[in-house]
Amino acid sequence: MAFIKETTTLIRKEFLMEWRSKYAFNGILIYVFATVFICYLSFKKIDPITWNALFWIILLFTSINAIAKSFMQENRSRYLYYYTIVNPAALILSKIIYNLILMSFIAFICLFFYTVVFNNPIHDFSYYLLAVALGGLSFSSMFTMVSAIASKANNNSTLMAILSFPVIVPLLMLLIKFAKNAMDGIDRASSANEIGVLLLINIIVFAVSLLLFPYIWRD
Amino acid sequence: MKIKSDWWKILGVVLVLFSLFQGLMGRVPVLPILHETIRNIYYHVPMWFAMVVLFVFNAVYSIKYLSSGNEHHDNIAVESANVGLFLGILGLLTGMLWAKFTWGEAWSNDPKQNSAAIGMLVYLAYFVLRGSLDEAQKRAKISAVYSVFAFPVMIVLLFILPRLTDSLHPGNGGNPGFNKYDMDNQMRMVFYPAVIGWILIGVWVMQIRVRLLEITNQILEN
Repeated sequence: MAFIKETTTLIRKEFLMEWRSKYAFNGILIYVFATVFICYLSFKKIDPITWNALFWIILLFTSINAIAKSFMQENRSRYLYYYTIVNPAALILSKIIYNLILMSFIAFICLFFYTVVFNNPIHDFSYYLLAVALGGLSFSSMFTMVSAIASKANNNSTLMAILSFPVIVPLLMLLIKFAKNAMDGIDRASSANEIGVLLLINIIVFAVSLLLFPYIWRD
Repeated sequence: MKIKSDWWKILGVVLVLFSLFQGLMGRVPVLPILHETIRNIYYHVPMWFAMVVLFVFNAVYSIKYLSSGNEHHDNIAVESANVGLFLGILGLLTGMLWAKFTWGEAWSNDPKQNSAAIGMLVYLAYFVLRGSLDEAQKRAKISAVYSVFAFPVMIVLLFILPRLTDSLHPGNGGNPGFNKYDMDNQMRMVFYPAVIGWILIGVWVMQIRVRLLEITNQILEN
């Protein structure tokens, strides 16, 4: 019970901090709009396969940028305060959940803007939304832990990209395949394998993050 | 060298020498497309087996390091990753050579080839991470966390993803390559010893490198 309360308090703190500055959210929003618009200006018209791939690439870079910030804002003295009052598992869990909410929100905005600017070739829209939601879940669970690792190595943002690309590729391949099935509107059951493996990886990543974070949060 | 504790090193050398010789001289079934290149299975596939074993060593000793804080465990972890990476590169090269002959191109966009290349990237990133940290204990701890974190992903990459799609490799989809019926019993008598031999040699090389690293560290400290 105490654990759940700690986690919810920490999540509230994250939202409060974001609400006060609105720095990260607005920055990411402009990033999304700018990227999509640049893509539109350079492509004008694209075929469906490129449409899908481009969308996921935009989303990938957006989420790396959004989530890289999640540990950089925590300074040393605040960590000292955390050591005394919170459980490390609650801290990482709150970050993952906060990033999940943020990422899903941004992903849907990105999808909306993307379909407005480019024409929309999606046949099974509700299933595509599920793919985007799963994408938000996968990106946030994977990148939160990677950003915790990168933040311990001098907050290097190049390092964040280097560490996260190899681990996200399998998820991205599954997501792109799943999203393409939804876009082409083929039978829903044919994506069952992809969804199963995606959920499985996410559960593993959640468990491993909760187990490993206590080892790195103290210097 | 004591026979009692070091017999496996001798066994490794004997098995690898046996498979090198038998691989070139032994009889192989005559198959379309593959022809004599089938012999590459004795050299190409054992690399992957040995690589996976060494990466498992890396993950296990990373966990051990996290629970013990013993520097020796970190040395084993890093050298396992080193040797595993080297074997992986050899596996990629022998595979590309084989693919050039049988599939027509060195890189044929095959899911297993792609996955293996990305799997290598994970461990290259591991070394970049190690390089970016100066303090020895912090380096050991954070890189151990990353390697344990990345290990399940690598397992998915190497063992699950290629099975979800069609591959030119045997055992997935329809292709004229190699499947378990193509390898006759005579080939198995060479293939399994080669696998065991390369695993043992890989572990031995890792052990020697660990000793070298620890002696270097000792000299540097004095």
